Amino acid sequence: MIQFRFDPNRKVTVADQARVRKYFFLHMRPNRLPVSTLRYTHTFGLGGMSAVLVILLILTGAMMMLAYEPTPERAHDSILGLQTETLFGPLIRSLHYWSANLLITVALLHLLRVFFTGAKDGPRKLNWVIGLVLLACVLASNFTGYLLPWDQLSYWAVTICTGMLGYVPGVGGWLQEAARGGSDVGPTTLIIFYTLHTTVVPVVLAVLMGFHFWRVRKARGVVVPRQAGEPAPVDPEFARGWPDLILRELVVGTVLVAVVMMLAIFFAPELGIPANPGMSPNPAKAPWYFVGFQELQIHFHPVFSILVIPLVAVAGLIWWPYRRREVDQTGVLFGSPTGRSTAGIAAVLGLVVTPLLIVADEMWLQTTAWAPSVISHGLLPCLILAAAVVGFRLVLRKQMKATREDADQAAFVLMGVAFAVLTITGVWFRGAGMALVWPW
Amino acid sequence: MTDIESKDTREPDLPRRNFFRKAWLVLGALATLQFLWIGFDMLRPRKRRRRDAAAGTIYTAGPVERFEPGSVTAFPAGPFYLARLADGGFLALNRTCTHLGCTVPWIEEDQQFACPCHASVFDITGEVLSPPADRALDMYAVRIENGIVKVDLSRTIRRQGFETAQVTMP
Repeated sequence: MIQFRFDPNRKVTVADQARVRKYFFLHMRPNRLPVSTLRYTHTFGLGGMSAVLVILLILTGAMMMLAYEPTPERAHDSILGLQTETLFGPLIRSLHYWSANLLITVALLHLLRVFFTGAKDGPRKLNWVIGLVLLACVLASNFTGYLLPWDQLSYWAVTICTGMLGYVPGVGGWLQEAARGGSDVGPTTLIIFYTLHTTVVPVVLAVLMGFHFWRVRKARGVVVPRQAGEPAPVDPEFARGWPDLILRELVVGTVLVAVVMMLAIFFAPELGIPANPGMSPNPAKAPWYFVGFQELQIHFHPVFSILVIPLVAVAGLIWWPYRRREVDQTGVLFGSPTGRSTAGIAAVLGLVVTPLLIVADEMWLQTTAWAPSVISHGLLPCLILAAAVVGFRLVLRKQMKATREDADQAAFVLMGVAFAVLTITGVWFRGAGMALVWPW
Repeated sequence: MTDIESKDTREPDLPRRNFFRKAWLVLGALATLQFLWIGFDMLRPRKRRRRDAAAGTIYTAGPVERFEPGSVTAFPAGPFYLARLADGGFLALNRTCTHLGCTVPWIEEDQQFACPCHASVFDITGEVLSPPADRALDMYAVRIENGIVKVDLSRTIRRQGFETAQVTMP
């Protein structure tokens, strides 16, 4: 036991200190945990990796705040100064850049891991939603940080993305003006983004991270893996928090830091020419994690690509663990053997059909003007695609005897893969004038 | 024991306690609203100042003869293009794409404005030739005084499409 009563005459012994250290860490990390959850390929340590990246971001970000000046006149210069005159300045910026981009990737993979291991149901429902809010924070953090270098790339990416807000029916103009602090991206936008990036978002992120971790503990750690059809083991074999778990986490964290360091040293982020509000670069693209939305823009009417489709997607993700379920798939990878094959089919289908649709839309469907654009490029294609997804679900239900869970999971995979293909198309297959090109 | 008792006293049949609980909620909501209002108001003064600076700006483009019919002239100092249509009329077009706000360059060979961001295309009058943009380029009022073309930059005019009434004839 730790002594709680204060006794001024009592000396703090080495054993006391060790005990405090132990209890402090074991308060955050579990004292003991089922051996089966220790396997690296069960979780890939993605949640912990996200936390490590956030720590790296806070450290490097705080250092850069000392050098950065958030005004349009000085922003680009101050980064240039950091790059050329500060000891290890380029390395710090590069570390921040790579940690930020890796954080999005790792957080998305973490979401997929949680999804496919059935770790979003039961006591983990709320934590799934908190995780989604955390992902939104990560995206917000990345996006607000994107503007700060104030080069051509960042200026126009932010112009495009805040321009999207203008299409929200009714309040769009007001939203856009509020985000930019004026009609165009300018000094007010920079100070708003800087404040969000360095204060508001990190604070929300840190608080919610604590909540997220605490909920994992409340759910008795990460989900215990099991085979389909088998019940969860009643009396599993246990391992110790220290050293079995914490040592593993330290190894993953250290390797991750090493990887980030290597990336930061060998692939430094660019700093383009200063922002010129009079000339858009060609092509002008959103940051890579929003390029999927930009690609949607090319194919759908703005009200659908900016409001309806993202809203449906976000609402679906939030609602996912709360929907009615036929079978409990907690801890079963891909739900069941059928779930595994239906997910595979959905992935292949998405990989094949999405590029075909993109090319077809580009070649033949773009110029038809037989109806108002809201219908011909909005309602109608959305209804057709939604019907296709529903039909796909029905086929799986009938032909493969898939459960509701398996069919829903396949629909999720199909839409996720479609979005990934859109992102890849936007990043590598769009050239000048946003025309389709080969990346080589 | 004490826990259960304290829960019992919280029952809503105690009007005064109930009233105070609601009062706290209302006060909390008011405080939140006030906080948000102040936050948003922080953004306002800058906006107002900028609008004042833009108000009453008349840009002198130059004499009428300087602009060929069927030509488009860019003005680096102002956010617009001066288009002179084939019939000799003038239009001042905002250079911002109505889709997502990129700057549209004038492509001389194709005689059209082509947005580099999402491939919207506009003709010389600012009319949409190709989506995703769904309305014509914004414009500014043009006045011709003593053969000098002047553009009123104080107000951006939104429009759905091109109409002949928008053209200023010399």
